[in-house]
Amino acid sequence: MTSALGQFQAGFAKALFAPQDTDDRAIRRLQAQPAFAVYRNTVMKGCIDALESNFPAVAKLVGSEWFRAAAAVHVAAHPPRDGRLMHCSHAFADFLAHFEPAAELDYLPGVARLDALWCEAHAAADAGLLEAALLVRCEPDRLARLVLVPHPAAHWAWFAGQPVFTIWQRNRVPSGIDAGELAWHGEGALITRPGDTVAWRRIDEAGCAFLDACDAGHPLAEAAERAVLVNPDVDLSGLLEGLLRAGAFSRSLQPAAESTS
Amino acid sequence: MTAHLAAGLGLKPQHFDAAVLAQPGGLWFELHPENYMVAGGPRLGWLEAIRARHPVSLHGVSLSLASDGEPDAAHLQRLAALTRRLEPALVSEHLAWSAWNGQHFPDLLPFPRTTEALHRIAANIERTQAALGRTIAIENPSHYLRFDGHEWDEIDFLSELARRTGCTLLLDINNVHVSARNLGYSADSWLDSFPAALVTEIHLAGHTCDPTLGEALLIDSHDSPVAPEVWRLYSSFIERAGARPTLIERDGNVPDFSELMADRAQADEELHRIATPVEALP
Repeated sequence: MTSALGQFQAGFAKALFAPQDTDDRAIRRLQAQPAFAVYRNTVMKGCIDALESNFPAVAKLVGSEWFRAAAAVHVAAHPPRDGRLMHCSHAFADFLAHFEPAAELDYLPGVARLDALWCEAHAAADAGLLEAALLVRCEPDRLARLVLVPHPAAHWAWFAGQPVFTIWQRNRVPSGIDAGELAWHGEGALITRPGDTVAWRRIDEAGCAFLDACDAGHPLAEAAERAVLVNPDVDLSGLLEGLLRAGAFSRSLQPAAESTS
Repeated sequence: MTAHLAAGLGLKPQHFDAAVLAQPGGLWFELHPENYMVAGGPRLGWLEAIRARHPVSLHGVSLSLASDGEPDAAHLQRLAALTRRLEPALVSEHLAWSAWNGQHFPDLLPFPRTTEALHRIAANIERTQAALGRTIAIENPSHYLRFDGHEWDEIDFLSELARRTGCTLLLDINNVHVSARNLGYSADSWLDSFPAALVTEIHLAGHTCDPTLGEALLIDSHDSPVAPEVWRLYSSFIERAGARPTLIERDGNVPDFSELMADRAQADEELHRIATPVEALP
């Protein structure tokens, strides 16, 4: 059934990551040539370089040597499933969450998740931003029924019990900023792309609940209720204003949402 | 649209601003389409700014034409979309494979040049050309391994692909030098028998010696300037073949833009020395 070319490729692909398992004689003869290592090294280097450039905060936290060793373990077990290596980020974030040598760095998977979200924000589809002026013109009861649609580049995450946003931000910028004592409590991050440049800001748990509700297609009134459930003292207008300023919402579905009223 | 292409440069993100502003006549930029297959965002904006000022060439690295399977349909669609958007002067891929069974290997992997492989690759090139609505150029990769199973000589194989599919050839002269040294043949005679009329683009790049085997194993690393021997082979080839759009590739230890432009100027001088540069094929 399988062609000779296909058989060759299956054997060669296996030899790249698990040379000890090669049973094909022709492949074994290729593998025995010292030059075979050029392919193995190039493939490995390509995968690891891509991960290192996609995860700058993780790499800075753990150091390049540790990062590249961990990435090598990941790549050998999970070769990329997409030729666009910038799209292979989430699998590595998941890998780190279960990587035994990283077990003590329990905030590392969170930091990796933010690096991955930054990549997603950078490459996300273009869309106009919802402007506050549009909402100001709305009647209050109509406003309550509006469904706000998160911008394609907007990503947010809440990290219970861990100052992941601060740790990530300190390692994301070239020279550490506000390197003061870490306050060990939960933090959230909102990553957006206003003006076509990726930006980030701190967000509280109520803000994340609000965005989750919008993302699930709930109207503004419902999203507000969910935010209040998380934090009864939440300043809703301040929250919404902050999200709009950050570029969290897309203008695109606004007319459709309005027409449902 | 045909553009006058003389010597070009591989486009590096760190050089975007300088690249947009660069002036020399005949300058063009080549990029890997995979890096721009995104839904949106600043990357595409940068690229459009470059394209507004200079001709571009799309040089694919992950279509995996030599895989025993059809090119990934989604990937091909994205490549077609980028081609429509940029109207590149040139589009190229490699005589190699880099994907198998859903897994991707960021390298240009070898295969035994059999008649079976020839049929498969010709079909894949035809499918690609149909999706893009244009011909593509196929590049000779660097070789490191000795194969028992080749039924075809590499030049015959490339020529036959061109004959069957109408594709053209991208001649990488550094790859010729590296392969000739690694496998023990003469780069000069290889180039002398290369079908010059099919060549629509030339690549020049740097290589390094293997850290353990030294001169016995050259690696196509693209992380150093073009070697004097490769410049010599280039001069000699274009003296015979005539001028062709020529690209300086640099992917590692990337120097300042001005330093790459100096390498590019050297290729440009060579092109001017031998003839007036030809028009790129449409």
